[in-house]
Amino acid sequence: MKLHEYRSKQLFAKYGVLIPRGRVAMTAHEAKSIARELGGPVVIKAQVLVGGRGKAGGIRLVHTPEEAEEAARQILGMQIKGLPVRKVLVDEAAEIRSEIYLGVTNDRAARCPVMIASAEGGIDIEEVARTLPDKIVRVHIDPLLGMREYQARYLAVSIELPREHWHDFIDMACGLYRVFTNSDATLAEINPLVITDDNRLVALDGKMVLDDNALFRHPDLAEMRDLDEEAPAEREARRFGLSYLKLDGTIGCMVNGAGLAMATMDVIKLFGAEPANFLDIGGGAGAEKVAVALNLILRDANVKAVMFNIFGGITRCDEVARGILAALDESKGDIPMVARLVGTNEDEGYKLLAKANMIMATSLADAAQKAVALAVESQLQ
Amino acid sequence: MSILINKDTRLIVQGITGREGIFHTSRMMDYGTQVVAGVTPGKGGEWVLEGKVPVFDTVHRAVEITGANTSVIFVPARFATDAVMEATDAGIALIVCITEGIPIRDMMKVRQYLDQQGSRLVGPNSPGLLSPGECKVGIIPGHITQPGNIGVVSRSGTLTYEVLYALKLQAMGISTCVGIGGDPINGTSFIDVLGMFEVDAHTDKIVLIGEIGGTDEERAAEYISDHITKPVVAFIAGRTAPPGKRMGHAGAIVEGGAGLAADKIAALEYAGVAVVEYPEKILDFLK
Repeated sequence: MKLHEYRSKQLFAKYGVLIPRGRVAMTAHEAKSIARELGGPVVIKAQVLVGGRGKAGGIRLVHTPEEAEEAARQILGMQIKGLPVRKVLVDEAAEIRSEIYLGVTNDRAARCPVMIASAEGGIDIEEVARTLPDKIVRVHIDPLLGMREYQARYLAVSIELPREHWHDFIDMACGLYRVFTNSDATLAEINPLVITDDNRLVALDGKMVLDDNALFRHPDLAEMRDLDEEAPAEREARRFGLSYLKLDGTIGCMVNGAGLAMATMDVIKLFGAEPANFLDIGGGAGAEKVAVALNLILRDANVKAVMFNIFGGITRCDEVARGILAALDESKGDIPMVARLVGTNEDEGYKLLAKANMIMATSLADAAQKAVALAVESQLQ
Repeated sequence: MSILINKDTRLIVQGITGREGIFHTSRMMDYGTQVVAGVTPGKGGEWVLEGKVPVFDTVHRAVEITGANTSVIFVPARFATDAVMEATDAGIALIVCITEGIPIRDMMKVRQYLDQQGSRLVGPNSPGLLSPGECKVGIIPGHITQPGNIGVVSRSGTLTYEVLYALKLQAMGISTCVGIGGDPINGTSFIDVLGMFEVDAHTDKIVLIGEIGGTDEERAAEYISDHITKPVVAFIAGRTAPPGKRMGHAGAIVEGGAGLAADKIAALEYAGVAVVEYPEKILDFLK
């Protein structure tokens, strides 16, 4: 789960990271009064959970409260990469002398957190990582011991940070690590961390991603979820414990297990069509969950054929069949369907599905070939 | 005829009185696994499955009384890391964690702790292990495979079943199947298992099933080209999956854009591994 910039920076501030004065606004009028309170030039920043806000025109520097109101009005009406802008952050503008990158994430391969710093912060940091890898410094952090001061000092020295800023930088780096672990984050990032003209070290932008599996420990953070982050169908799927992702193809697929679901999509593509979705019903799904899943698939107008690939273990094929029948009772569509069931109670499952007008398949490849043929046929009609 | 588990495995089940725990304990015993005890705090002294399996409050006590050497964990995610640490503290050599959804921070700490203690963890989010005809630890359905000379190592669950079943339909069997689990931080990697199959006298060929994300497959490829002499066939799921949700700049910097199916396939092919386009194709390279 991602946190908005303003939420991330508020959290950072609690751990001793200096952030610009500012507040979030939901209307242009509010933005104007915040700008008046702050005095001087301000930056109006769209609060949406995608990158590239600046390039999309979602970040504007303005000089008066009236300009702030106008900019906020424009930005609040925008959609950035399909996401509506519902809030803007109004921050005091900073005179920037230099931009630093500072972030912490988990390094899967090293099996521990890693803190990364660079003197070349800003929007091109990934380009820097590719072309000038020496400009990126990293320290791995022992998950049992936590971040040590000397490690933060090592980063400060390695990015040639002026000595007068070491003290503040070390506090910030250690604070950033603490907010990262205390929130069960998978990413906490300050980019840019700037040195201002009046020689302060300030976090201009902040980003946090939280581990969904750990949200049970953080009800206060879980509440901050921005529902716009997910499409409505994906949100509904999550509510029922399904993992669903809409794609652009024509073959809807329902599978148990993420690996098998991906393999099923791959096979559909191999036989010449595109999957309409990724859908993993998980282990041991009951009929009700299966019915919800099929309804999600059928709601997608691009779907020309549906393919079920169920390998029963914990999941029982007869339960899946019951869920399919329940969903078909409600829907009136005539989308052709192919079923392939193996494992726990497969015979009962096939017997149930015999009542529906469904094509049976014997293997994954067989099912995919049949589904692709059906989709092509129904597109020709 | 197997690695990691065999006829001599003496298994305890942590979380035996839960719904999943009791169901799969019964399946494991039907398969012939020696389940010597269960552990559920607060239920010590009870017996389950028609009085066949004693339940203890702690792993220490269960080990002391029964001489268990392996544990399988079915407890919910928020208690699972504690269960792993308890097992290693009690001297269990092989711990298999079925539980999914464990916070990554907890897993990093556990992994660090285990490395210091010297226990081996398989999982979490693993379907477990199966040595046909000898022993089953976890939830892999027993009837979908049979004894043979192929070693299977996989990051996936049901996709692995798909492969085992396809092999069985062609009268091919396996020495051991190890599900290393799909989580970002796990106890046992492809490399660990590949090394064991290489020296196992009863494994002649190896099947590796990977998926997108991380760099485990790339590291496995490097290891295969340096250390593995037995033929390896691989399938990588996720060729058509859309690029994952971006993890800020830090993720891109750390992983350097790796994790795509194409990168993994290229690395494996470079190491001399036959990478197939769909699971059933694996058969063509094993005949």
